[in-house]
Amino acid sequence: MVRHKVVLHFPHEQVDKPIVSKLVRDYNLDFNILKASITPREEGLLVLEITGEEADYDRGMEYIRGCGVSVQPLSQDIRRNEERCTHCGACLAVCPTDALSADRTTMEVRFDDEECVACELCVKVCPPRAMEIHY
Amino acid sequence: MGKTIAEINERIKRGEAVVVTAEEVIGIVEEKGTAQAAREVDVVTTGTFGPMCSSGAFVNLGHAQPRMKIHRAWLNEVPVFCGIAAVDIYIGATEMAEHDPLNEVFPGEFRYGGGHLIEDLVAGKSVRLRATSYGTDCYPNRSWERDLTLADVKEAWLFNPRNAYQNYNVAVNLSDRVIYTYMGVLRPNLGNANYCSAGQLSPLLNDPLFRTIGIGTRIFLGGGVGYVVWHGTQHNTAVPRGPGGAPTRPAGTISVIGDLKGMNPRYLTGYSILGYGASLAVGIGIPIPVLDEEVIRAAAVRDEDLVAPVVDYSIDYPQGTGRVLGEVTYAQLKSGSIDLEGKEIPTAPLSSYSRAREIAETLKDWIARGRFLLGEPVELLPCEAREEGVV
Ligand code: SF4
Ligand code: SF4
Repeated sequence: MVRHKVVLHFPHEQVDKPIVSKLVRDYNLDFNILKASITPREEGLLVLEITGEEADYDRGMEYIRGCGVSVQPLSQDIRRNEERCTHCGACLAVCPTDALSADRTTMEVRFDDEECVACELCVKVCPPRAMEIHY
Repeated sequence: MGKTIAEINERIKRGEAVVVTAEEVIGIVEEKGTAQAAREVDVVTTGTFGPMCSSGAFVNLGHAQPRMKIHRAWLNEVPVFCGIAAVDIYIGATEMAEHDPLNEVFPGEFRYGGGHLIEDLVAGKSVRLRATSYGTDCYPNRSWERDLTLADVKEAWLFNPRNAYQNYNVAVNLSDRVIYTYMGVLRPNLGNANYCSAGQLSPLLNDPLFRTIGIGTRIFLGGGVGYVVWHGTQHNTAVPRGPGGAPTRPAGTISVIGDLKGMNPRYLTGYSILGYGASLAVGIGIPIPVLDEEVIRAAAVRDEDLVAPVVDYSIDYPQGTGRVLGEVTYAQLKSGSIDLEGKEIPTAPLSSYSRAREIAETLKDWIARGRFLLGEPVELLPCEAREEGVV
């Protein structure tokens, strides 16, 4: 079993097609929707957590790419600019997962992108704007 | 048996001074007792790094040709104060760039203000000056635009009227909506508690009665060297205190100055505080000369012994009711959660403890290597508890 968080970008001609449901039916994959949006220009953005067998996952992603949808691992999307982070801890109050957590000995704030669900709550809260969105 | 600052400076010059941080002195006093520790240790270094709104910088822009008496001016579209002299200006850390939506789309992001401008200058970036004037016989020029960097201006001093608060509130929210404060985002119904102090590392908590810190104390300021020049605005020493003399409420503050040209954006960072405004995070480190046992006893204070008041920022703080919901220690705050009214509340700091530690270590290193001597205060700061011998 593998578990991957991915960001899917749908070009506007694909937004209304049932591509993702095929992942369940034809490729035995389960998914959790972490975020979904359609921009004013009708490009779709879907952030999914996908679980299933590795081979199914690879075939499923191949199918999706074949439909013209771009697939990016989620870890690329919310990034911390390490130079700008002052380890102030303001983000700890809003991060819903433990993606941002404090090491209680050093009081440094760690960012674990595996745990990040790209909710973006930290992005505006971070005083030096160290949390960046990269879509 | 006491030491003088002059004697300690002689030891620093000979490379013999024993310098430890405010964290390290805790263990030394526990192990050796105050008498021996006071004999062995010469200086205790402290540090803090957090948003300090009452900050800013004086800049002398140098004269344009023809000369100009600046009436209004903007740097990167941030209005600066010009009512001083022809080309002296003051940048306020919380001033916002023109056309910022402020809080019109709530909560506002406040992306660029005076704090960011000061950071950009210190980082050596080029900023855009735009100035206007009414023109006089001696200063005929009416408008001036140019790009400039910190290296191009004649003088630039950080001058902060109120910094390094001695203790501060722990902010919570009793209401049922999210609020956006200078203490960060506060979730409803006591959803979180935010605090802002380096606790046992914080400068003024290690010299609670201002027995060593005064006018002329040389300090680490924004990565360079600065001085305490006065007590800060809102300096208030008539407050309740714990057994070691440390205030249990917001209390003393200091006013500081230093040459901006020697500073570093790592310790002078522009902040945008959601829904509140722009500010500047300032790094300050103060050396405490160990004059006697009393000084080292106070400097050995631990997070367990330092108490802060919990205040509701939905009604009590904005309305100024003065109500305090409870008291917690910095050890509890740092652990990640506090208990209040039978509820466990997660905590978040706004003051960076790791950077405070870095500052205390840096200052220790400067002193140990003989490149930073202690300033001899010409006057101590006002402190009721010291003057009246209350503690
Ligand atoms: S709020 Fe930003 S600067 Fe502060 S610890 Fe979190 S990521 Fe770092
Ligand atoms: S985007 Fe959300 S989950 Fe990810 S680090 Fe920020 S607050 Fe946490």
